[in-house]
Amino acid sequence: MSRSHSIISEVAERLFRDLAEPEVINRAEEGIWPDALWRSLEQAGLTLAPVPETAGGGGGTFADAVAVLHVAGRFAAPIPLAETMLAGWVLAGSRLGVPKGPLTFAPVDATEAVTFEPEGGLEWRLSGTAHRVPWARDAGHVVVLGEAGEASVVALVEASLLRPEAGRNLAGEPRDTIHFDGLVVGRDKVAAAGPGMGRHSLFLRGALARAAQMSGALERLLELSVGYAGERRQFGRAIAKFQAIQHYLAALAGHAATARAAVDGATSALAGNPEAAVFAVAVAKARAGEAAGEGAAIAHQVHGAMGFTYEHSLHHATRRLWSWRDEFGGESVWNIRLGEQVAATGADALWSLIAER
Amino acid sequence: MTIRGFEFPTPELPPGIEALRADVRGFLEAEFAAGSWAPQSNFMAGFSAEFSQKLGARGWLGMTWPSRYGGHECSALERYVVTEELLAAGAPVSAHWVADRQSGPLLLRYGSEAQRQAILPRIAAGTCYFSIGMSEPDSGSDLASIRCQAKPADDGWIITGAKVWTSNAHRNHFMIALCRTGPAGDDRHGGLSQFLIDFKADDVAINPIYNLLGNHEFNEVVFDELLVAGDRLIGREGEDWQQVTSELALERSGPERFLSTFRLLVELVRACGPEPDRRAAEAIGRLTAHLVTLRRMSLSIAGMLEAGEMPNVEAAIVKDVGTRFEREVAEVARLVAPVEPARGAPGNEPNYAAVLAESILHLPSYTLRAGTTEIMRSIIARGLGLR
Ligand SMILES: Cc1cc2nc3c(=O)[nH]c(=O)nc-3n(C[C@H](O)[C@H](O)[C@H](O)COP(=O)(O)OP(=O)(O)OC[C@H]3O[C@@H](n4cnc5c(N)ncnc54)[C@H](O)[C@@H]3O)c2cc1C
Repeated sequence: MSRSHSIISEVAERLFRDLAEPEVINRAEEGIWPDALWRSLEQAGLTLAPVPETAGGGGGTFADAVAVLHVAGRFAAPIPLAETMLAGWVLAGSRLGVPKGPLTFAPVDATEAVTFEPEGGLEWRLSGTAHRVPWARDAGHVVVLGEAGEASVVALVEASLLRPEAGRNLAGEPRDTIHFDGLVVGRDKVAAAGPGMGRHSLFLRGALARAAQMSGALERLLELSVGYAGERRQFGRAIAKFQAIQHYLAALAGHAATARAAVDGATSALAGNPEAAVFAVAVAKARAGEAAGEGAAIAHQVHGAMGFTYEHSLHHATRRLWSWRDEFGGESVWNIRLGEQVAATGADALWSLIAER
Repeated sequence: MTIRGFEFPTPELPPGIEALRADVRGFLEAEFAAGSWAPQSNFMAGFSAEFSQKLGARGWLGMTWPSRYGGHECSALERYVVTEELLAAGAPVSAHWVADRQSGPLLLRYGSEAQRQAILPRIAAGTCYFSIGMSEPDSGSDLASIRCQAKPADDGWIITGAKVWTSNAHRNHFMIALCRTGPAGDDRHGGLSQFLIDFKADDVAINPIYNLLGNHEFNEVVFDELLVAGDRLIGREGEDWQQVTSELALERSGPERFLSTFRLLVELVRACGPEPDRRAAEAIGRLTAHLVTLRRMSLSIAGMLEAGEMPNVEAAIVKDVGTRFEREVAEVARLVAPVEPARGAPGNEPNYAAVLAESILHLPSYTLRAGTTEIMRSIIARGLGLR
């Protein structure tokens, strides 16, 4: 059905298929770190896919990262893959070394800020609070993004110094709170953020990452639902033979394809000018988020009560979709940004704006 | 095989495509300024032979065809750019639209050399227009059930039956009529053939059917033992099911499947002004996100067609998602910028209330024409291996 899967997504697919099985996902939700999965991905160079090789990364592009995240989303991989890729990318671009192991970054909420104040010329003092930081308790290091005066700065902090407060998203993925108050960080661990690597651009890439994961999870919904509809029999036949079910699944295929197309659009735009990238990421996150809600509803309807059980793995995908659509800005955040841009550009330029994308 | 869904890969755009787009825009701006039309993005909205001929003169019809048939050997993606610019500008394209989109390509693929030579250069010049003769009074979605019959005669074929909903039959030159020439067979798809009907020469009755706007766009076309010569058969007798389905991706995947209410979106943006409130911004943003994504998918299909593929399921997805989007534009607009819809006088500058009115009144047709939403979903379901 699908064509031209890059080598990298095939490698990722093999690893996730073997090592991100439903039991692994359930155990991760109970707090058991999926070590085998993480190590294999790290060995295959996937955890730092978009980080230059000179910095110890996979030397790939963001398109490679998106391809891997799409597959990770399909398998509900319970690891901070997007976070590690993005944190590693910022570290490398800001000339800070990229440590091994899982990484995350903070703050993730565009409205939160961490302030950096010089402390005695050799150190920096960080203050502020970051909420819902993904995977903070499992990460080895946290990349902290902040402003010192006008400049964007980055700090690399050992996670063990931070004692994050545990929180979770609807899928049980860690979303922790970090209080930085008074934390002192040595000068060698702080740098000016690389060009275009401030927290807003990370928020943007975070949104694209979640959209990519959602597009993968939507394909998973389709795969599970088509499979289930072929097996489950009622009224003497497979429910897949009922036209109502067929039409639901056709609509679900539409949602999955649409999310994927929107993500592809943003991925290509990211390689071009920054303004076009913001527009295209907004489209991708909003469109995939909407598809997530509609797709999840269809998948559950088709699965009946079985899909509402903990035992069935449908919820690994749907609970993630219900969380990811609101992380790094939900549909309303991105739609409003788009709408404001369209309105400012004006009615008569609407078509040019669309056709340029 | 596990079905994971359908992909819409990013097409490689040929070099020079933006120069082509700029050319088309320049032309459209000049034409519009000269007062050629009141913009409506529904491809059936405006019929202008003069305008179609101007497009032909510029090389923007029959673009992908060989030059020996008046074509311009361009790629499907170049054609895509021209068609989307025309629709976005709301230009009067209905005269040539069907001929350029599907009748010409059908003749190119299945027609005889004589048919191609006689007709394709005229379509490319913008002087020859086609209707689609598929639906019948008793056959809509179930196309294989058609009854219009063509019987072999000594000097050709005798056609008896009726076609309905034949758009622009009263203005066009030809129709390609799907007729039964033999038994349907086990798969119900046998025994169908397509014939070229010459509206200007053949003795057919064209009876107007007014649509709910009171406009005369579609017709009933009746054949009462019409004798046509043998050279009117297109392709091979009895094998037309494949010919018919080969038109479908062309018919269902283009920008006309999601741009029909584009002018309303433009007027909505104008009505909300440069600093819309949160709700209006969100609604406009959402519609924009849908539109951008649909366009990408549709363009991707043009890329697949260019690569010689037959993306029928992907086209059904674009038509399903796209035509429902067209409807949503109107439903969202009326809530975000409420006015009483009111039709404007013909020729007037379009205003928001008038464009809203045109859109609302046309809405039912978008999810019906070229195959209903339900039929699209069944095609997708088959693509998923469910049927
Ligand atoms: C504006 C306009 C222009 C048109 N122009 C042309 C033209 O130029 N030439 C031409 O040949 N035709 C034309 N058509 C006809 C168009 O192709 C048909 O309307 C369409 O194929 C549906 O057929 P129908 O209207 O007979 O509806 P029906 O097939 O009777 O369908 C009625 C309802 O039943 C549903 N239905 C039917 N079968 C099934 C099924 N198997 N499963 C589930 N639901 C089903 C349909 O989806 C629909 O909701 C035009 C239509 C419109 C609206």
